[in-house]
Amino acid sequence: MTESKAASGNLARLWRVRGSLSRRSYLVIASLGLLSPLVLWLWVVSTGKIDAVFMPTPLSVLSRIAEWYQADNLLGDAWISIYRVSMGFLLSAMLALPLALMIGVYKPVQAFFEPLTDFVRYMPAVAFVPLVMVWVGIEESAKIAIIFIGTFFQMVLMMAEDVRRVPITQIEAAQTMGATPNEIIKLVILPSAKPALMDTLRVTLGWAWTYLVVAELVAANSGLGYAIMKAQRFLQTDKIFAGILLIGVIGLAMDQAFRWLHRISFPWMYRK
Amino acid sequence: MTDKIHITGLDKVFGVAPNTPKALDGILLNVAANEFVTLVGASGCGKSTLLRILAGLEDRSAGQIIINGRPVSGPSPERAMVFQHYSLYPWLSVMQNIKFSRNLRTGRENLSSSDVEIASGRADALLSLMGLGHVADHYPNQLSGGMQQRVAIARALMGRPDVLLMDEPFGALDAQSREVMHDLIRHVYALEKATVVFVTHDVEEAIYLGQRVVVMAPRPGRIDSIYTVPLPEKREQDMKHVPEFLALKKQILARIRETSGMKTDFDMLEQLTRKNQPDASL
Repeated sequence: MTESKAASGNLARLWRVRGSLSRRSYLVIASLGLLSPLVLWLWVVSTGKIDAVFMPTPLSVLSRIAEWYQADNLLGDAWISIYRVSMGFLLSAMLALPLALMIGVYKPVQAFFEPLTDFVRYMPAVAFVPLVMVWVGIEESAKIAIIFIGTFFQMVLMMAEDVRRVPITQIEAAQTMGATPNEIIKLVILPSAKPALMDTLRVTLGWAWTYLVVAELVAANSGLGYAIMKAQRFLQTDKIFAGILLIGVIGLAMDQAFRWLHRISFPWMYRK
Repeated sequence: MTDKIHITGLDKVFGVAPNTPKALDGILLNVAANEFVTLVGASGCGKSTLLRILAGLEDRSAGQIIINGRPVSGPSPERAMVFQHYSLYPWLSVMQNIKFSRNLRTGRENLSSSDVEIASGRADALLSLMGLGHVADHYPNQLSGGMQQRVAIARALMGRPDVLLMDEPFGALDAQSREVMHDLIRHVYALEKATVVFVTHDVEEAIYLGQRVVVMAPRPGRIDSIYTVPLPEKREQDMKHVPEFLALKKQILARIRETSGMKTDFDMLEQLTRKNQPDASL
């Protein structure tokens, strides 16, 4: 009687608004979340009502991955895709950061660039693909350019917002201690905005993967996106599944790496 | 002239729209060297704006401010400021926060190695003066609000400012920690010999800390009256209950109520209650 009461008390605690969860329970529920699509998939396939062309079994997808790895250079495809994403993403980040910093610090720079960036941001990056092919060709640089177009403008706006969110009192305190504008940027604004900037990088990395697939679907002869498109031509649904799953796994790993980097770079945020 | 701060004809107008009431109108105030002056008033009376102009963080629309014989133009390390909150650097430890000004060029200019040693000696001294010795390596978000404000005060004192400007520094603290901070700040003031301008909305705090209390009034922001506090230099918590203290508190509160427009609210309240009593209207 009392035990069941305690159990229902625990359950109520889980569902409190903005409640908390122990690390173990979190991991258990997260694994359930990750496994549930797999279970659903297994169940749908096991009913046998859907043709394997539309919905391959998990086992056939796994064996396709193994075959891809042994005979079809899966690592090469994955590597070239990771390379393109990384290059496009790094190029974006390297140019976006200084620009966003200036936009976030100096009003005239904001007035010049922000409406312009907003305008370009709404142009669909995918529509630039033909232009990029005309301008840059179909080399590696073309794919990197498409990823750049897809991520750069979003990154600038989000990073500028991160810079603007630095509390004004932190800046004013430095001013009353005699800091020059350069010192304020270097010693206050950058370190203060850094955690938010890194989060923005983590979010935009996901978009970089989206544009990678766009780039590889139309203008490539290697990479995971290209493999997916080729598989579609031959109706190899299991390989399409395999490609999509691989991109998901790589993305998840990169995301987790960013979170880990965040924790070790900003210990002061995690210590209470 | 021994005046440290000399303010004449100071006006401040926010925005450009016509007929906006002046945030500050014809402020005239002199603060002597080593004086502790507190500013009180209802919200909107411009007390914080006046302090921010003194710090050089806000431009003035008209008038003159002379500190140490020189007109104020922009912020300067000789005028340190303590804010109500969010001014500490959360990525730096308590000690690094206090020593922050040492990273700046103005702090390093003409600095010999003995100066650096003196500086670290000063940081250590401030740390123990503020009772922060045991948390020197902590990050600000590991500290209570009261402890964080101690760090902010130590950081402001680090550069030996001539003038210490405080903008409701204890406004977010609970009553107990506020009393502790009051005695601490009086102690620091006695040791450091700085000139202090302290803004607060708490009349008791203003009287307990200040040698003079400047009462400000809103619409337009102006100085209404100035009171000299009849308490000895060495303040003790018990003094908050002596008749002189209570009389002054009552007087200042009445002034604030009268100038803040709260009186009209009372009138309205009275009218409303009268309307709800049909007998009275007959």
